[in-house]
Amino acid sequence: MTYGSVSPITPPPSAAVQPRVRIEGSSTGDRVYRAVTTGMALVVPVLLVLIAWVVFKAGWPALRAFGLGFFTDSGWDAVNGHFGAAPAVFGTIVSSLVALIIATPLAVGVAIFLSEFAPRWIRQPIAFFVDLLAAIPSVVYGLWGILVLVPAIRAHFMPFVKDTLHLGDFPLFSGPAYGPSMFAAGVILAIMILPYISAVTREVLMAVPRSQREAALALGATRWEMIWDAVLPYARSGIIGGIILGLGRALGETMAVTMVIGNRHEISASLFQPGYTMASLIANEFSEATSDLHMASLMAVGAGLFVITVIVNAIARWLVWRTARAGA
Amino acid sequence: MTAAALPTGRRPARSYRDMLAAGTARTLRRRHFTSRVMIALTYAAAAVAILPLILIVWHLMREGASSVNWDFFTRIPAAPGDAHGGMANAIVGTGIIVLLASAIGLPVGIGAGLYLAEQRNGKLATVVRFLSDVLNGLPSIVLGIFAWGLLVKPFKHFSALAGGIALAGMMIPLVTRTTEEMIRLVPVSMREAALALGYTRWRTSLAVVLRTALPGIVTGALVAVARIAGETAPLIFTAFGNQFWSLSPTQPIAALPMQIYNYAISPYDDWHAQAWAGALVLLGLVLVISLAARFATRSRFGPGGD
Amino acid sequence: MDPAATEPAQVPAIGVDALDAYFGASRVVRDVRFAVPTGEVTAIIGPSGCGKSTLLRCLNRMHETVAGARVEGEVRFDGRDIYEHGVSAISVRRHIGMVFQRPTPFPTMSIRGNVAAGLKVLPRGERPSRRDTDGVVEQALRRAALWDEVKDRLHTSAVALSGGQQQRLCIARALATSPRVLLLDEPTASLDPISTQRVEELVYELRSQVTIIIVTHNMQQAARMSDRTAFMLAGELIEYAPTNSMFTTPKDSRTEAYVTGRFG
Repeated sequence: MTYGSVSPITPPPSAAVQPRVRIEGSSTGDRVYRAVTTGMALVVPVLLVLIAWVVFKAGWPALRAFGLGFFTDSGWDAVNGHFGAAPAVFGTIVSSLVALIIATPLAVGVAIFLSEFAPRWIRQPIAFFVDLLAAIPSVVYGLWGILVLVPAIRAHFMPFVKDTLHLGDFPLFSGPAYGPSMFAAGVILAIMILPYISAVTREVLMAVPRSQREAALALGATRWEMIWDAVLPYARSGIIGGIILGLGRALGETMAVTMVIGNRHEISASLFQPGYTMASLIANEFSEATSDLHMASLMAVGAGLFVITVIVNAIARWLVWRTARAGA
Repeated sequence: MTAAALPTGRRPARSYRDMLAAGTARTLRRRHFTSRVMIALTYAAAAVAILPLILIVWHLMREGASSVNWDFFTRIPAAPGDAHGGMANAIVGTGIIVLLASAIGLPVGIGAGLYLAEQRNGKLATVVRFLSDVLNGLPSIVLGIFAWGLLVKPFKHFSALAGGIALAGMMIPLVTRTTEEMIRLVPVSMREAALALGYTRWRTSLAVVLRTALPGIVTGALVAVARIAGETAPLIFTAFGNQFWSLSPTQPIAALPMQIYNYAISPYDDWHAQAWAGALVLLGLVLVISLAARFATRSRFGPGGD
Repeated sequence: MDPAATEPAQVPAIGVDALDAYFGASRVVRDVRFAVPTGEVTAIIGPSGCGKSTLLRCLNRMHETVAGARVEGEVRFDGRDIYEHGVSAISVRRHIGMVFQRPTPFPTMSIRGNVAAGLKVLPRGERPSRRDTDGVVEQALRRAALWDEVKDRLHTSAVALSGGQQQRLCIARALATSPRVLLLDEPTASLDPISTQRVEELVYELRSQVTIIIVTHNMQQAARMSDRTAFMLAGELIEYAPTNSMFTTPKDSRTEAYVTGRFG
């Protein structure tokens, strides 16, 4: 029995009154499918707009009361109702900078190692372990930070710098050695952003064509000179994109930072002093916010964080996209 | 042949040939020495880079392993000094929040991923793709503030659902991206084969294309789940935490990362020990999910596969 | 040249009239008209880019699945123009099957599942029961000369088959819905010579049950397998004649140049 007896092409019964048949997506199922997937896709922009609206609305009372000077004024006084987020902004910038200074050479070094020099058998395991750093939850970093790293810094590193190296009077390292400090935050952040910078750098380095390397070697370069003169410049904007990506991550990191930075509204030149970042400020004071204005101030800090991270991430994406296009 | 011949256009201070000609043996030795030193430094960088991982895992095991016992998995938190506390409610709480988040995040992410893969470079698709990246880069605490403002402040109480929504906001861009990538990997010829058989577009997308891409999509979903399971900051404002058993989505609920945080910043040693145990369990959970995700794709390309 | 002079006496399986196909603004098939006789193998040959695959895809309304593509003109099948208002492209494709150049078995389905894939989307009234499906699957696999090789492993994965077997599976899959016309788009282009020969043989045998239209860039294949041949160049149908006369006494100089290998 064949299905040739299947009815020949006949129009559906209501064909006489049907409008012109659309060639694509003419069945109801197709229309529903299109509508549902489009709806799901629209959730993204709607969600983003909603987030912006909710966050700014929550922070508006503080912004209205203090103006944009909110971000440049110091002095966070819950009792008298005056809030200035400058220490938090300062701390965000400094801790991220410290993290970048520590992480970038390490991350780029690891990436160069993995893409150029590592023996084949060690490549996979090392790459795996470095990437694993990104999987560790922030609170685990914070726990290790507060119970292991900070005591170690207080007991060993700070005395080493202050006493053994006699740098205790140098402004960067001045002040009592509590332990929780901008430096500790910078170190933890460095560990957390290292895998991101390393992954992007690795990718970009692998994309550098062999001809570049071979040209340098053929001209008489040593292996290092080949990397420095031929490979790295080629990959430069991609690497910078990776660094800015790491920066974006560092700016928003909350838990690990709040557990090791000391949580003090203070602008200090010393890395060994406690401080605040925007994210850790919100996390730390949220449950203790006394007044509506206090809460609104925290939310306003959140709004500032929103804006900064969006801008930084957009720059990072643009740089990485630009390398991808140039290489294509 | 000068250094200007280098494709990047970068010129070293002197050309390699000049360097070679001038002072020959000694300069060359110096250059090789520098090269060897720098290469050794990259080896050192690799060692330093994996050092924190080793240290953290070692400390977790050393401090936490002894406290990971039956009590830990079955009892709720006790006062400091009481040796029989646990984090059972927090573990279950994490499960519930993750479930709530996935119930929203997975359908939206997969649907959006399908849309982006099928509409490719359409105007709306490009915008959505870009905004999804922006969403992905938002700090988790901002998402917490959002969920707080949306669900906690108006109703004046914390809830597991609010926590789930904050985490769903983190899941959506992750799942969208991996879904789009996996769908794009399915060759167009497969779609055409289905259409030529008389499949409608929606059926082709779901029964053939999505089904083929499913292992990769599941991997992406598991990776996203592992990511949000470890989040703390958004939950502080939303799920808030709970000392007791709670399964209700409209009540505050405990979660493992939050519990670890609270114990870690406390002054009590036995709470610290519990925090280590919790961190060990949390890390173990995250790793198991990530490995399961990797395993899911691997078996697809086993013997006889493409 | 006048296609009418070589029109078959009986009602043709497919009749094409004034067919134009566009990708956006670019017209890749120009004013084609010919009639395909029932129960025969008709080959379409021509150099790369001449539009033969596009023409083939117009016959089962697959051309329009590409964004920006459109068709003008008429394709008559079973007494109706398939491009007429009210005619569903889906049902056209159930009656006019297609096999593509690269074998594309569905990787998540078994061999049986693949063959039965087209049956699953038939309208409820026409869908066979589970037991009947087994019968249809067997018959389709027999017609595709694949039954003996896979009858013991119907439930194993389809991607484990060799390239030639996969292509025969795709042919079985297309045959399962009992189409009256089968379109083959360079079906042996990615197969080894032995598999190619097997496919050619089975296609030639099928022609008594199904009208076959095959696009091929291999002239010898057209000469071996087809009863009629159409030669296309730059989107136009240059000549259409019984295969023997097309290759031995081509009427158009361009046809002659192509079949004697002077270009293409």
